[in-house]
Amino acid sequence: MPDGLPNGLIAVVKRDCPTCELTAPVLGALARAGGLTVYTQDDPNFPATVSPIDDHDLGVSHQLGIEIVPTLIRRENGAEIARTYGWDRAEWERVSGIAGIGADLPAMRPGCGAKNIEPGIIERLKVRFNQTGLLARPISLGADEDEIEAMFDRGWSDGLPLVPPTAERVLRMLAGTARDPQEVIGAVPPDLAPATVEKIAINAVMAGCKPEYLPVVLAAVEAVLEEPFAMHGVLATTMYVGPVVIVNGPVRRQIGMNARGNALGQGNRANATIGRALQLVIRNIGGGRPQEVDRATLGNPGKLTYCFAEDEEAESGAVGPWTSLAADRGVPAGKSAVTVFAGFGLQGVVDQKSRTPESLARTFAECLNAVHHPKLAPSCDAVLVVCPEHARTFHAAGWTKARLLEELAILCRLPGDDLVAGARGIAEGLAESARGQMIDKFRPGGLLIVRAGGGAGMFSGIIGGWSASGARGSAPVTKEIKP
Amino acid sequence: MTILLDPTAERSPAIRPRLARPDRLDGKTVGLLDISKPRGDVFLNRLDVRLTERGISVKRYMKPTMTRPAPIPLRQQIGTEVDLLIEGLAD
Repeated sequence: MPDGLPNGLIAVVKRDCPTCELTAPVLGALARAGGLTVYTQDDPNFPATVSPIDDHDLGVSHQLGIEIVPTLIRRENGAEIARTYGWDRAEWERVSGIAGIGADLPAMRPGCGAKNIEPGIIERLKVRFNQTGLLARPISLGADEDEIEAMFDRGWSDGLPLVPPTAERVLRMLAGTARDPQEVIGAVPPDLAPATVEKIAINAVMAGCKPEYLPVVLAAVEAVLEEPFAMHGVLATTMYVGPVVIVNGPVRRQIGMNARGNALGQGNRANATIGRALQLVIRNIGGGRPQEVDRATLGNPGKLTYCFAEDEEAESGAVGPWTSLAADRGVPAGKSAVTVFAGFGLQGVVDQKSRTPESLARTFAECLNAVHHPKLAPSCDAVLVVCPEHARTFHAAGWTKARLLEELAILCRLPGDDLVAGARGIAEGLAESARGQMIDKFRPGGLLIVRAGGGAGMFSGIIGGWSASGARGSAPVTKEIKP
Repeated sequence: MTILLDPTAERSPAIRPRLARPDRLDGKTVGLLDISKPRGDVFLNRLDVRLTERGISVKRYMKPTMTRPAPIPLRQQIGTEVDLLIEGLAD
């Protein structure tokens, strides 16, 4: 039990609690009987029936583990022997040992939530009493040091300002998951340093995440650390790619992600900060930094953050809705999941005239065949992001997503004669052995289709991948999101 | 005073000095590591010829893929079999 607390009866109250007001006369009576100490959480003059002790800094309340006010406690020889909360005459008689108190009050009234366990306060008290359980090294800034500049100076930033990861903020972030803060999610390349839930939470704070985003961040980190994703290579390559995070399932709406207008753009906190948190984990835990192990020639703006939700609820046609990316990859209905893809940028697919699925599929194929280079095949995996006005054409004609993929597989099969080095006046191209062959632009399973975007505009998009796609490099990975 | 929690892995990099460069290759064994990038073999084959002409012992190695770090057994094998290693990094 905490030191410095009196024996006898202790009551903890606040004025902003009708039940505490109700019990004020009872407290007065107990005080007159002797041996009662009253601590007040808000108004130091409340209740006027006793001489209360000001506990507006809530230290005593926290040490006593108060959750409801009023709470009445009996302590003897420095140890608690009885406790009740709210107003319950029989219970108050039991704890106080005095019969007949509050005879003119109702028999029972529930109490109110204590101030010391309010969000924002409980974390501050845990820090004050050294009860955080956090293991990360605390870094004390100088009195005149600007905290934003201090984080830049220490190399933690992706180039934009960060939210200072104080212990209070990290505790609030950790409340977003049921996972143990010291659980190791995986080894983050290039340093292969262990990423604990706590370390990821620190980076999620810096990225600007809300606590409810943390399970999505954790799933994204888990996904990129799966061996098939080859995060080390995705980081180290001279190509443009970085992890693209696509979110499916109920969590999208629960945390307010954007799958519609400007889904791949700016302005939505969840989209923006989840992708950023993943990149900060690679940077700060893994030690992966540009012009060091990250050898990207150009990189791409998505390496700051690249995360969006699929529009699973978009308009569907006679054959029903298209399957979601998560469903395509084996996630049960009703579950939330992330899929990570080593991708870059966005290549536009503009077609404002096609009104048949055959014509639109040809547009998609022509654009897909240009990914990386029109003469390279198989070139890389790709994600085709179909906008609603394009999806509508397929829905109206009864084309499922599977049907579109089948058609694209045919349309993205190219004559090797056109692809060999030197053909079409371009030195880039395939080896002579491709001559006379038909070459697939994408490996089997290397083309993913999702739906996203605003209701107006016949503008789909292609997220290109890494030339080392599939087993020899990076393959997309899907992970279910755990609470 | 603001106290922040360290977002890094809290590691101090181990600084290991490079081995001294040998004055000459006589009597040394030189490893040539192909990381499985296109045309890396062109470069390494040429080095193989030039080194062998000079009577220098050459051993050849290959990573399964350039997209991942070399497997630990391969690194250990190279470390125990050669005095120097030349790697063809990029195409």
